[in-house]
Amino acid sequence: MISTILIIGGGQAGAQAVDTLRREGFGGRLVLISEEAELPYQRPPLSKKFLSRELAADRLPFRHQSFYDEHRIELKLGARVVGLDPAAHRVDLADGEKLGYDRLLLCLGAASRRLACPGADLPGVRYLRSIADVEPIQAGFRPGARAVIIGGGYIGLETAATCRKMGCEVTVLEMADRVMNRVVAPSVSQYFASEHRTQGVNIICDTRVVRLEGRERVERVVCADGSSHEADLVIVGVGAVATTELANHAGLTCDNGIVVDEYCRTSDAAIYAAGDCTNHPSPRFGRRIRLESVDNAFEQAKTAALNMLDRPVTHDRVPWFWSDQYDNKLLIVGLSQDHDRQVLRGDPATRSFSVCYFQGRELLAVEAVNHSKDYMAARKLIAERTPLHVEKLSDPQIGLKEAV
Amino acid sequence: MPKIVFIEPGGNRREIDAPVGVTLMEVARQHGVEGVVAQCGGACACATCHVYIEPAWLAQLEPPEEMEEGMLENAWEPRANSRLSCQIQVTSDLDGLQVTVPERQA
Repeated sequence: MISTILIIGGGQAGAQAVDTLRREGFGGRLVLISEEAELPYQRPPLSKKFLSRELAADRLPFRHQSFYDEHRIELKLGARVVGLDPAAHRVDLADGEKLGYDRLLLCLGAASRRLACPGADLPGVRYLRSIADVEPIQAGFRPGARAVIIGGGYIGLETAATCRKMGCEVTVLEMADRVMNRVVAPSVSQYFASEHRTQGVNIICDTRVVRLEGRERVERVVCADGSSHEADLVIVGVGAVATTELANHAGLTCDNGIVVDEYCRTSDAAIYAAGDCTNHPSPRFGRRIRLESVDNAFEQAKTAALNMLDRPVTHDRVPWFWSDQYDNKLLIVGLSQDHDRQVLRGDPATRSFSVCYFQGRELLAVEAVNHSKDYMAARKLIAERTPLHVEKLSDPQIGLKEAV
Repeated sequence: MPKIVFIEPGGNRREIDAPVGVTLMEVARQHGVEGVVAQCGGACACATCHVYIEPAWLAQLEPPEEMEEGMLENAWEPRANSRLSCQIQVTSDLDGLQVTVPERQA
């Protein structure tokens, strides 16, 4: 008999799990523990419309307080978990409270990877992951303020676009030879780099930050080639690492994330995990993956919730991602590794195009720039492994579904 | 505040006071309207906040942009009155608007 379910983590996965558990009829005690003081909220706007103050704080939470009250969901906000004892089925909070559970779901997310060079701990070096990170960055916004952004990935570029919108002079320092190199094709990198340059952002690739300098706070960023960038605002976006300390200490198997199976079960039968913190199997792509993705958090949480109620379902999704930079929308579906062919559809000069990745005749992934049709059509085709006439697709007038 | 009526999958009727300026999707999600999944939170990136607009109201809405049209084409069972609820802002003119949530989302 399952009478108590605890969920640790109030991000996308935690918020979805309580929802699914109640909708699917779980009537027992349901507790959501979050370190953050706010109601569970959406993270994607933090680098976009929330950072630019276009979206008010009361529009960030997924649900109002009344939803949690109505569904008897106990929220423990601002509560830190300091211990997990799987043998005793017990979680310890920093304030001394001890909570027993029948099923536990870990939605611990990921944390910003920290810069490791000298000066990285100077005051004024900012990261962007949670609401609390936003205000100190906004405090640095004023016309002409010099913002130096370390890392040209999603967070770095979205933040660069917002800083520019807020009137800052912006420099992006990227270690690789192109921006977003881990997630998109060179043509897409080139398109976005050019959009940023048109907006007046100084993008410097192939450069390695070796040191941050400043007396009382960070004042400049120094690169390996000796170049130095004066800064009023330094924002670091160099990736994220899965939050696994609690799971590790409790003896759960971890390896670049908390290792779970297709049912979102950890190595302990009563403990499940969902979202950015998990290393999970992808049946569609035939390997283990760890994703930083809203969709993955959402869907794994649903899967975990149903399995915790002894209703076996497996997690098998085609991942998707998006990024907003200026008036551009980048939509990505699938995973492009293992492709043997790439097809560019449309002309980047028209500001709407896509890159399709194939393994033989099977579509693996699509990166669509201001092109929602290819992106949406691709979702089904990738999931169902529909063989396509690849040679037809270099003609952008032919829709993906017409090449079946 | 304008009242918006959501018909949930299964027929349950939810009448909600909606503040002007937010989107239909936000109203639905904050009140936990069944079936409005809204994974991307209003970025027009997922087509999981798809709704059917009561036909009489269609003409009162700003028409969809190309991005939304492209999403809707491959939404679950699109119809002529399909819209993404994240792209519709609540205004005082929409008092009494009725929308039906499809049985599934994309």
